[in-house]
Amino acid sequence: MTLVILALVLWGAAWALNAWLANSGRRIAQFLVPALFGITLILMWELIVRGLEVPGVILPPPSMVAARFASSTHILWVDFVQTFMKGALTGYLMGAVAAFIVALLVDRSDFLRRGLMPVGNFMAAMPIIGTAPILVMWFGFDWHSKAAVVVVMVFFPILVNTVEGLRATDTMQRDLMRTYAASYWQTLWLLRVPAAMPFVFNGLKIGTTLALIGAIVAEFFGSPVVGMGFRISTSVGQLALDMVWAEIVVAALAGSAFYGFVALVERGVTFWHPSQRARI
Amino acid sequence: MSDATVKPPRKGILAATLHMLGPVFVVVAAIVVLWYGAAIWMNSTWTIQQAERADQTLTTGQIIRDTLVQDRPRLPTPDQVATELWNTTIEKKVTSKRSLVFHASITLSATLVGFMIGTGMGILLAVGIVHSRAMDMSVMPWAIASQTIPILAIAPMIIVVLNSIGVQGLLPKAAISAYLSFFPVVVGMVKGLRSPDGMQLDLLKTYSASNSQGFWKLRLPSSMPYLFTSLKIAMAASLVGTIVAELPTGAIRGLGARMLTGSYYGQTIQIWSALFMAALVAAALVGIIGVLQSLVLKRMGIRQ
Repeated sequence: MTLVILALVLWGAAWALNAWLANSGRRIAQFLVPALFGITLILMWELIVRGLEVPGVILPPPSMVAARFASSTHILWVDFVQTFMKGALTGYLMGAVAAFIVALLVDRSDFLRRGLMPVGNFMAAMPIIGTAPILVMWFGFDWHSKAAVVVVMVFFPILVNTVEGLRATDTMQRDLMRTYAASYWQTLWLLRVPAAMPFVFNGLKIGTTLALIGAIVAEFFGSPVVGMGFRISTSVGQLALDMVWAEIVVAALAGSAFYGFVALVERGVTFWHPSQRARI
Repeated sequence: MSDATVKPPRKGILAATLHMLGPVFVVVAAIVVLWYGAAIWMNSTWTIQQAERADQTLTTGQIIRDTLVQDRPRLPTPDQVATELWNTTIEKKVTSKRSLVFHASITLSATLVGFMIGTGMGILLAVGIVHSRAMDMSVMPWAIASQTIPILAIAPMIIVVLNSIGVQGLLPKAAISAYLSFFPVVVGMVKGLRSPDGMQLDLLKTYSASNSQGFWKLRLPSSMPYLFTSLKIAMAASLVGTIVAELPTGAIRGLGARMLTGSYYGQTIQIWSALFMAALVAAALVGIIGVLQSLVLKRMGIRQ
C-alpha cells in the first residue's frame, strides 16, 4: 500500500513541478515537461503494479518488460526484420511509387480525375485492413502477402494527397512557365511536382503508421513462425504479456523512427514551405 | 470536393449531376469489368486442374463459364458477392447467426459505444489542454507521438487481459475502438479550440468576457469544423479497431469474426461479403457525420 501512496505523492510532486516549469516560460521546459510527464507515468505504473500486486498476466511492471526486452533482443530483431523491413517497408515503397505514378496519370485527364477521386476518397475511408485475409490467401503466409496488404493500405491516402498537390499551383505560375515555352514535362518537374511535395509528404506521413499496422495485423491471419504480429498473438495466447509489451515497444520505436525519418526528408525537400520555415 | 475550380456551365440540375457522376460511373464500371476479367484469370487454374484430373478437355467457353460459378473461388465475381450479400441480409432472419445484419449490428454497437466514449474523453482532454499550460506541454507531445505508433497492435492483449478479469462481450471491443478514436479527436479539437485569432480573443477581453464565456461563445463554435473533420477520421478508425478486436480471440460474432472464419475455411465469398458489409457500414457512418456536419455548419452560418 505504501508503494501506491508513494506513487500518488510522486504524481502530485511531478505535476506541481511541471506546472511550475510550464509557467516559467523557459525554453528548456519544452523538452523537460513532456519527458518528466512520461517518466512519471512509467514510475507510477511500476509502483502501482507492485503495490497492488497485480499479477504479471494482467499487467507486467515496466521493469519486467525491460528485462524481457534485454534478454530477447535476438527474437525481437528477427521479428522486426520480418515485419518491418520485409513486410512494411517493401509494401510502403511499392505503394508509394504506384500511387505517385497513378496520380500523374490521373492528373493528365480531367475526366479520370473526376471519376477516380470520389472512388479514391471513398476507399481511403474504408476498413481496408479487411482485405488482409484475402491477400494472405492469394500471396501465401510469408512477407509477400504482408507487403501486399501494406500496398493497398498506403495507396489511397498517398494517391488522394498527390492528386490534390498537383493542383496546388496557381494559374499565374503555370502561365509563367508557358511564357518560357516550357513543355509539359518541364512544367511538371520544375514547377508542379515541387509544389505538390508538401501534400505528397502529408500522404507519406499518414502512410508510415498505416504500413506498420497493415503488416502487423495481416500476420494475425497467418504467418510463418516469425514476425511481430505473430509473436504478439502467440504470446498473448501463452499469457507471456512481458513479451507482448516488448514487441509493442519495438513497434512504437519503429513507428516513430519511420515517421521521424519521413518528416526529416520532408524538411529537406520542402524547406521553402512556410510550415517548415516557421519552426526554425 | 475537387470540383471547385472546374465549374460546369449552367445547364440545369440534370446536366450538372451527369457532369459530376458520369465519370464516377465509368470508373466503377471499368473496375467491375476488370474484376470479372481477374476472376476468370485467377479461377481458371483450378478449373483446368479439375478437368485434367477427370481427363477432360474443356473449351474456352466452358472454362470461363466454370470460373464464374465456383464454390470456393480464389476471387469471387461481383455477382456472387452481391448474391451472398442479398442472401445473408434480406433473405435471412435478422436474429439468425448466418445473417450479416446480425454480425454487422454486433460490430456496429461496439463501434458506436467506443466512438462515444473516445470522442467524449477526447473533447474533455482537449478542453483541459487548451486551458492548462502544464497539461498542454506534458500531454500534447505524447498525443501527437502516439499517432505514429501502431496502437492497433495492443488490441489482442486488451481483449485477453479484460477477458481474464471477467470483462467480456461488447466492452473490450468498445475499449479498443474508444482508444483508436481518442487521439484524432484530441489533436483536431485542440487545433479547433485554438483557431480563434488574437483579434477575436482581444475583442472578447474588451467586452470583459469571462473565461467560460469566451469558451462557450467563441472557442467552441469556431472549433466545430475541426471537430467534424476529426470525427470522420475517428469514426473510420474506431470501426477498424472493432473489426481487428474481433480477430484474435476466436470471437464467433461480428464482421471481423466472419472474415476470420472465412479465411480459416477458405470461404472466400463469405470474406468478400463481410468486407463489403464493413465498407457499407463505414460509408454510412462517415456519411451520417458528413450530413450532420453540413447541417450544423449551415445552421451556424460557417458554410453555406
